[in-house]
Amino acid sequence: MTTGTKTKPRYQGKRNRLDRPELLAPAGNLEKLKFAIHYGADAVYIGGQKYGLRSNADNFSFEEMREGVEFANRYGAKVFVATNIYAHNEDIEGIEEYLRKLEEVGISAIIAADPIIIETAQRVAPKLEVHLSTQQSTMNWQAVKFWKDEGLPRVVLARETSFEEIEEIKKNVDIEIEAFIHGAMCSSYSGRCVLSNHFTDRDSNRGGCCQSCRWKYDLFVDDAPMYEQGEDQFTMGSKDLCMIEYMPELIEVGVDSFKIEGRMKSIHYVATVVNVYRQAIDAYFADPEGYVLKREWVEEINKAANRPLNTGFFLDTPGTEDHIYGPEDKAAPYDFAGIVLDYDDCTGFATLQQRNHFKVGQEVEFVGPGGTFFKQTVTELTDEAGASLDVARHPMQVVRVRTLKPVKAMDMMRKKIR
Amino acid sequence: MTYRPELLATASSLEELSRLLAAGADAFVIGESRYGTRLAGEFTREMMKEAVSLAHAEGARIYAAVNNIIDNALLPDLPDYVAFLHEAGVDAIVFGDPAVLMAAKAHAPGMALHWNTEMTSTNYATAEYWARRGATRYVLARELNMEQIEDTKAKSKLEIQVQVHGMTNIYHSKRSLVQSYLEHKEDPERIPDAELERGLYMMEADRPDERYPIYEDESGTHVMSSSDICMLENMQELLAAGVDSFKIEGIMKPIEYNERVISAYRKAIDAYLADPAGYRFQEEWLDSIKELQDPKRELSYGFFYKEQVY
Repeated sequence: MTTGTKTKPRYQGKRNRLDRPELLAPAGNLEKLKFAIHYGADAVYIGGQKYGLRSNADNFSFEEMREGVEFANRYGAKVFVATNIYAHNEDIEGIEEYLRKLEEVGISAIIAADPIIIETAQRVAPKLEVHLSTQQSTMNWQAVKFWKDEGLPRVVLARETSFEEIEEIKKNVDIEIEAFIHGAMCSSYSGRCVLSNHFTDRDSNRGGCCQSCRWKYDLFVDDAPMYEQGEDQFTMGSKDLCMIEYMPELIEVGVDSFKIEGRMKSIHYVATVVNVYRQAIDAYFADPEGYVLKREWVEEINKAANRPLNTGFFLDTPGTEDHIYGPEDKAAPYDFAGIVLDYDDCTGFATLQQRNHFKVGQEVEFVGPGGTFFKQTVTELTDEAGASLDVARHPMQVVRVRTLKPVKAMDMMRKKIR
Repeated sequence: MTYRPELLATASSLEELSRLLAAGADAFVIGESRYGTRLAGEFTREMMKEAVSLAHAEGARIYAAVNNIIDNALLPDLPDYVAFLHEAGVDAIVFGDPAVLMAAKAHAPGMALHWNTEMTSTNYATAEYWARRGATRYVLARELNMEQIEDTKAKSKLEIQVQVHGMTNIYHSKRSLVQSYLEHKEDPERIPDAELERGLYMMEADRPDERYPIYEDESGTHVMSSSDICMLENMQELLAAGVDSFKIEGIMKPIEYNERVISAYRKAIDAYLADPAGYRFQEEWLDSIKELQDPKRELSYGFFYKEQVY
């Protein structure tokens, strides 16, 4: 088994398409949907009240979906719904009605794993595209061809698929290929893990995953602990995927949709990550030959990342340095502090909605779509009525801050925390 | 039609296959690890032919496990392997990947096809979906409960297979997680080859009685259940439901143990079939298993009587 990602050669792909790939972002709720799209996602995927694998997310009602679709339409973006459970008998009644409703509120596609959901959608909601979920762990072109012959326009590959395998799949089957390029990963084949069922009676394939793969375990051989128990233990937890350094390769190998994981992640995370990949894709298409990875993209991603990052299976099977032993999370060095609601050219003050405690004297950054970005110290802070404040301490409080440069609604302000 | 449910075993070798045949097994799932996942043992093509002739002489059947998650590299070899299985007289192919279904239809015409994705074969409607594409049997996920099994059997035209005894797989990764950890520990030679026989298991601090076997092979890392399913006491429920095949999983168990298990279930099934109304479970059947049961592995009802949340 190979280890060592540091010295791996870059993948030598051949360019075989120049259509612009889709940037697909997660949206855990309506506000996140708006930010993901505003920051450059071509499409978002969300969860409804049923049939999705994130039962803990604050999933969308049909009304919210309708509003999300309207918002997306203004940007020419699409909304997909994850219906990616493996259904049990008792889940089957209601699927038809649910899918019809998704079609009616203007959803463009569902992401499904269970063939019965796929087939039902094709039958009762023909305007819904059906995309095969990564939960099917599809990683060979014959299987991809099978699903194409079943009428599916798109397959989301298993996260275990490498660049070379993607290239072979694209060469053999004319179908849209969607691949995860950023975010947390199951360390198992997706769908092939029932640790949660065994440890906590929660059904992982219906959204109950309790992330037991990230727990710590002691290993024993024939009843003798291999190492001191409780010390630097065994775990199956993976580092998070990040492919920002391989955008030309992803584009040139022909991936049609670049998917970011994280319906449970914050607005700040989603907007920051989308913003970076949007810039990279646009930079590539503006000048493929002259494309260079910008250092600030990597820095931006690190400001949002809450786990160490790696390149998954794209280059090689993950080894020692691709797993997280010891403390699980690395705290992001920046924290989301506020959302710009408005900006007054005359006074130079931005109106902000507070999303985290910040105060006068604190170092902050402003970020907006396309990477507009500056740092400053908070010098003047007032409440909505103009009364001077030392601290913005109330969640969602509307405050005003003098900014060094003009800002726009939906720009984000973040603060340095270490 | 007379109800003749099948008692299905695994085998680690031709010797085990012969002994379990003598103990009363009606069929076997065996295969080659290049194509099949989590096999009790390795059966080369020569052994496969031998197994078919041994089994057929006793009126028993051989099912070939071709249930790996298939990658591109294996595709060119599938047609030949599937054609070989057909020619060797194998009675069915067990598959989970659509690539195998396509290869079998093209190169093993008429072959019975058992759809088995293990954890994700969870409802009758999806069973019917695969039936329309050629599957003849549906192997139920072990995470289903009795009610769901009964309901699926009632609603499906396919043969229904249920695991009633032994270990189950609970996690499968393509990564070599044990080796990765040993390298992290700078102790890579500690277990040069984390295979089945090693007696390696993992334990979580809050569950000190649960030992989860973990092993690695060319298809990655596998974590297995900490207890062994044992439905012997309640076989009449599954027999009454009309389940077609009862699987005894013999992976990581000594032959003697599997012999006892097959023999006990054989007695239960035969007793039920002889007189369904007068059927009584015999404690001694279970005692014979318990005598050889690993004391550190509980016999459990698996998910048969559990309600799961999500």
